[in-house]
Amino acid sequence: MEPLNALVSVTNFMLIPALAYGSQLALGALGITLIYSILRFAHFAHGDTMALGTAAVIGGTFFLQAQGVSIHPLPTALLALPFGMVVLIGYLLITDRLVYRYYRKVKAKPMIFVMASLGVMFVTNGITRLFMGVGETRFEDGERFIFSVRDFRDVTGLAEGMALRSSQAITILTALIVMVVLFWFLNRTRSGKSMRAYSDNEDLALLSGINPERVVIITWVITGMLLVTAGTLYGLDKGFRPFNYFQLLLPMFAAAILGGLGSPVGAIVGAYIVAFAEMGITYAWRRVFTYLMPEGLEPESMMQLLPVDYKFAVTFAILVIVLLFRPTGIFKGKVL
Amino acid sequence: MNLTARDLGLFALMGVVLAMVGMFQSWQLAITILNMSLISAIMALGVNMQWGYAGLFNVGIMGFTAVGGLAVVLVAQPPVPEAWAAGGLGILLGLMLGVATILAAVAVYKRMSPGKLRALAIFAVLVIGYLVTGYVFGPAKNAVQAVNPASEGYLGGAGLPVILAWPVGAVFAAGVAWLVGKVSLGLRSDYLAIATLGISEIVIAVLKHERWLARGVNNVTGIDRPVARPVDLQPQAWVQSLAESLGWGVGQTASVLSGLGYAGLFLIVLALLIWLAERALNSPWGRMMRAIRDNEISARAMGKNVTRRHLNIFVLGSAVCGLAGAMMVSMDGQLTPGSYEPLRFTFLVWVMVIVGGSGNNWGAVLGAFVIWFLWVQVEPAGRWFMELVTSGMADGSGLKQHLLASAAYMRLLTMGVALLLMLRFAPRGLIPER
Repeated sequence: MEPLNALVSVTNFMLIPALAYGSQLALGALGITLIYSILRFAHFAHGDTMALGTAAVIGGTFFLQAQGVSIHPLPTALLALPFGMVVLIGYLLITDRLVYRYYRKVKAKPMIFVMASLGVMFVTNGITRLFMGVGETRFEDGERFIFSVRDFRDVTGLAEGMALRSSQAITILTALIVMVVLFWFLNRTRSGKSMRAYSDNEDLALLSGINPERVVIITWVITGMLLVTAGTLYGLDKGFRPFNYFQLLLPMFAAAILGGLGSPVGAIVGAYIVAFAEMGITYAWRRVFTYLMPEGLEPESMMQLLPVDYKFAVTFAILVIVLLFRPTGIFKGKVL
Repeated sequence: MNLTARDLGLFALMGVVLAMVGMFQSWQLAITILNMSLISAIMALGVNMQWGYAGLFNVGIMGFTAVGGLAVVLVAQPPVPEAWAAGGLGILLGLMLGVATILAAVAVYKRMSPGKLRALAIFAVLVIGYLVTGYVFGPAKNAVQAVNPASEGYLGGAGLPVILAWPVGAVFAAGVAWLVGKVSLGLRSDYLAIATLGISEIVIAVLKHERWLARGVNNVTGIDRPVARPVDLQPQAWVQSLAESLGWGVGQTASVLSGLGYAGLFLIVLALLIWLAERALNSPWGRMMRAIRDNEISARAMGKNVTRRHLNIFVLGSAVCGLAGAMMVSMDGQLTPGSYEPLRFTFLVWVMVIVGGSGNNWGAVLGAFVIWFLWVQVEPAGRWFMELVTSGMADGSGLKQHLLASAAYMRLLTMGVALLLMLRFAPRGLIPER
């Protein structure tokens, strides 16, 4: 019986990674929910747009590294974030101008928007791969660990070790800051209020003199910043592969729907639920139980509910449960 | 068969283009393009039923085709008696226990009144069911996978004629579609899209990792084919004399003949499907579907059960996709779960439907031919383009190599641009709905 070791083990292998993953998902899901409540369609190009923004950041990082610029303990990618944001926001605004604006003008059905976003997804995907290929790119530099397994063991004297990778700490911290700023923006500034008004009641918002095109532009700008941040954090944590970003689409949508589409708080809560469920169900609990059970009763199996390859199944199961029992999500999102 | 002269002209043009591929590139390539176009046309027909007739957005085509492909393995491969003896019963029992668990949970949900007690009961049923299922299923699975893992390690199929797998594939896909549709139809229209996206990823994950089922990523190869293989045709006397009179090599003649055999089979299926689809579209049922698509609320006011009708057509369309998936696997003679990619199997089919003309079956077929042709030919064209762009650069420069290597991704870009342009400037497609 060593509950302390069990706690350390579960923190190291599940809680910290899930918290980081959840933060990355949350930023992405926030973008989905914003686009959903302002532009009123499911943005299927989300994952690939994220990949493109991250590719820009990686380009900036490599340029800075070649110039010898560095902010040592921190990864150089953070310095390249603004560059990636500018590139991605430009790209989003151009696609909006070339693609989506026309459909807004003719008041097309939401499904046509989704279809158009599919086309944008193809193009974005192609552009990203033109630059980056399909392989994995690693761009993490700076200090790798805040404290490593050995440091932890030396300090605490426990048998089980725990490490905190700097990418994980940066992820959790950055996500927190971004969320706070976003909520401040939505609730306190004039632009944020006009966005909420527009999402709440379009006609009334127009009547009170809110310029819809301006609201749309602000939405894309915020989405771009969220996507670049989320994508860079994910890439720092797990490496950059375009296909992985496409696959993030499902958990991000699941998070947004679980929280309630159109509800920013919901997107964040949903993202953490999805992340913890994915990690918890595919995590091999054997070590933890070995510490918890009295001697001689240690489990023999892996104590893993599902193999890691089925993490999509977990997300999907969450989605199905929400759709069956509470289609509006936890925070009663809009059913537009 | 209400085709105008213009539509026929478009099909004729496509035929001429394929013939030109045959003359200037090779007849083998032309036949390969033709066969894959026919299969894609069937997939596009299925999607067109869902989108064109009913406005349902299915982004899980990959999953339904893969399930159809699985049917080929389960029907046509010979059974593996050792594996069945080792754990066949355990696997069957385990699967049944899994289903029974879910049914029991549903029964508890329906019988008991809402409250904490019900939630607790459902939870208990699921946990106990999971443990019992795992206890039966796990060891049986491992036993099966341990049987001769290099070439078998799975239960095998039923050893029936491979043609039978085609309808079975359709039934499999229909079953999966029913489950997905039951959950997500009747809610917001894009929930279906997200649910299908999820189920297709799961189907592929299951195919990759459940080795007892179809060997997972180890692939099942050498599946029986409905048409004689080129290798079997080569020694035939009439093939050799035909090759001589055509002035081709024997190998080329044999592979073209084999491909033509497939083309004949596929054409029969496609013709049958189009005939059925056109009949359905112009029947009271088809008019009702279009009425629902165009104005759901008034259709509902007329007493139509919109959700049920949507479920019908979603299952039908997915079944057609499953049929196409089974046909594809039986043409390749192998099931390779690793080769299923959403961009190629889901989104490309969408481009076909949109470019061809959604709501028109002939349009979907033409779109499949045009887009598959482009998909195959854009890559060499892209390489040629990149070589032109880079011709001024010094040999061996990093940029030049990078540009040449990334020519392959030009096709994604081209497809996306084609989709966007069609959607914007000709949303009704090459052959519009009438």
